[in-house]
Amino acid sequence: MTDASINNAAPGRRPGSLLSADVRTAKRNAAEKRFRAYGLTAMLIGLFFLVVLFVTIVRSGAPAFTRTVVDVEFTLTQEQFDAAESELFKTKAYSNLFISELDARLEQDGLDLDFDEAAIERLLGKVGGTLREHYRANPGDLGQPVQFELAASSRVDGYFKGRVTRDTLQDSRFLQASDLDLVDALEEAGIMKQAFNWTFITGADSGVDNPGGAGIGASVVGSFFMMLVVLFLSLPIGVAASIYLEEFAPQNRFTDLIEVNISNLAAVPSIVFGILGLAVFIQFMHLPQSAPLVGGLVLTLMTLPTIIISTRASLKSVPPSIRDAALGVGASKMQAVFHHVLPLAMPGILTGTIIGLAQALGETAPLLLIGMVGFVARGYPDGFLAGFTEPNSAMPAQIYTWAARADVSFYEKAWGGIIILLAFLLTMNIIAIILRRRFERRW
Amino acid sequence: MSFVKLSASALAIAAVSATAAAARDNVQVAGSSTVLPYASIVAELFGENTDFPTPVVESGGSSAGLKRFCEGVGENTIDVANASRAIREKEIKACAENGVTDIIEVRIGYDGIVFASQQSGPAYGAFVPADIYNAIGAQVMKDGELVENTHETWAEFNSDLPDTEIAMFIPGTKHGTREVFEEKVLLEGCEATGAMEAMMKGGMDEDAAEDACLDVRQDGKSVDIDGDYTETLARIDANPNGVGVFGLAFYENNTDKLKVATMSGVAPSTETISTGEYPVSRPLFFYVKKAHIGVIPGLKEYAQFFVADEIAGSSGPLANYGLVADPELAKTQEKIANETTMGENM
Repeated sequence: MTDASINNAAPGRRPGSLLSADVRTAKRNAAEKRFRAYGLTAMLIGLFFLVVLFVTIVRSGAPAFTRTVVDVEFTLTQEQFDAAESELFKTKAYSNLFISELDARLEQDGLDLDFDEAAIERLLGKVGGTLREHYRANPGDLGQPVQFELAASSRVDGYFKGRVTRDTLQDSRFLQASDLDLVDALEEAGIMKQAFNWTFITGADSGVDNPGGAGIGASVVGSFFMMLVVLFLSLPIGVAASIYLEEFAPQNRFTDLIEVNISNLAAVPSIVFGILGLAVFIQFMHLPQSAPLVGGLVLTLMTLPTIIISTRASLKSVPPSIRDAALGVGASKMQAVFHHVLPLAMPGILTGTIIGLAQALGETAPLLLIGMVGFVARGYPDGFLAGFTEPNSAMPAQIYTWAARADVSFYEKAWGGIIILLAFLLTMNIIAIILRRRFERRW
Repeated sequence: MSFVKLSASALAIAAVSATAAAARDNVQVAGSSTVLPYASIVAELFGENTDFPTPVVESGGSSAGLKRFCEGVGENTIDVANASRAIREKEIKACAENGVTDIIEVRIGYDGIVFASQQSGPAYGAFVPADIYNAIGAQVMKDGELVENTHETWAEFNSDLPDTEIAMFIPGTKHGTREVFEEKVLLEGCEATGAMEAMMKGGMDEDAAEDACLDVRQDGKSVDIDGDYTETLARIDANPNGVGVFGLAFYENNTDKLKVATMSGVAPSTETISTGEYPVSRPLFFYVKKAHIGVIPGLKEYAQFFVADEIAGSSGPLANYGLVADPELAKTQEKIANETTMGENM
């Protein structure tokens, strides 16, 4: 019908040559070319921002993976250990012992500089915690020389990384210009150097005055347990609900209502689920605060609609002929669904699940209200089950917390945390892709 | 079918862990974002130096923290509320209604509020409260009359200040810092400029005039920051003329980006704040639920550890970070040791 009307619209027009396009064809071709150019530009703009984002993340985050350390031998005697353990502020006693030994060593080495213990203290991070932990775990090391790699203070770290320069440094109780000469001398002596920051990958959060001891490891574990809860609750519930709605449920007002509600739930802001989580899981059901279990439950509520919608879509996309064939050879409705429809819909379900999980992994807002955002430095859980209930943070929450701290080196760690978060996401995606490949079937 | 098995075991795990989570063994803290850095330092050290697990410290503002504190007694409520202002009568009443009657008030030290601008921006140098009020008050004195604030630049009302556009970033109303800012800067400035007197002449009683003094102009020259100081810093970074309100500790950690202005001729530092010379400072507190002592392991020890001389004293890690040590720390230590609540011989 449209063809006819086009032909009729230009009755007096002479048929042009096939080799030279007439004006209207040229116009149409030009329009198509322009459209392609727009499309290409849009894609290039998107690509450009992706590259900018990626480069920024890597450039800002890479320094978080190295740190400046003081690599030095240290001996602690049994008496010193007992004396330090008897104090209230034990870690301070340890770091004082370390500082005076380092001071004595440097004096002995004959450093041609003016320095005192206060200057050394300014150069070092909070070393006491690491020392105490080591000697409590290895009492056999008492009285023996042990080689330690201990974090330098954040400003010295910044000096090594170019964040702090002699021009911009303002004398303060944190660092003074004269200290930098000592840093240079120590670097030359091989005592201070840059090293890979394992603490960042394996550690837990640290106090605001101890950026050298901060790590994201514990919150990776927290995120992992949350994702476990989300996966093992939202996938079975979501798939079961969609199979019922799609294959078995009668078409009536009630199921219509449910459908509309599921679509609406998918659009509810995530903070709402947080409020719900606080009211229902913590205040009513008395589940523990700051626990990955509650975080996972809240995120499950948030993820369910996404999974249900995508599962229903992929169940719908399985050709009816498959169902009919199964039913035709005598399979029951349930056999048809579980033996034939579900396996074919599996790739789509997995895609929906991974989108839902990725969304849940990056969510901070619902965690705010259930106590997972803030200073949560419990460290690693004591066991698998404890991983669900012991207070822990999650990666996005940890990144958010770091980004809000006064010390700039925490900001760098926030970027580093983003890299770890992306790596975690990538791993999740790869697992999903491998599973999808295995399930994929053609018809 | 393995799928069914998997989901069944998942549900079982969830159920088991839910029942295993009966007793909480860590201290749960929430409240002021100004106290959060100090609390996080103490929490980390508490975990390192004792056999108790590291407490969990949440942020969210003094009012939000006290509200959660007053929700009731029990393991699913917080044990300690941090606050950058004293608890209000209204909040004590709300607490009592929910069964939180015995509260121990702990003052940990003092914090200064400083006015800082971009390191390479215009030289604001010296402020008095009147300058700040003239810049952002809703109604100001102009040529002897009370008018809507139309000041565009600082030089309009004080020729010593640079001729740059007014852009102030002040803490939002959910922050305890806002209250100190209102009381020690806006109200003072309102009185000093004579605006308050003019308001009272215009028929307001004293309370109404005081409230009116705290009104801030709404035309965008003054911006409420509901986030924390990093947000203020980002705003200052983006606006060379901006003046922001910071905590002393935050400023001291960012001296390479910020320069500070004096207030009434006094430069802020731990010394001038502890002597009381620097006018804009306030005490920081935390509140302990007495009913939780003995129930939550480590709660009393945490409070004692926090105010120990080695920690909150003038040479401790808190002072090193920027807290101004409380000269009456011994009294506070005694109060915690005796578990003296707010009603008893304050």
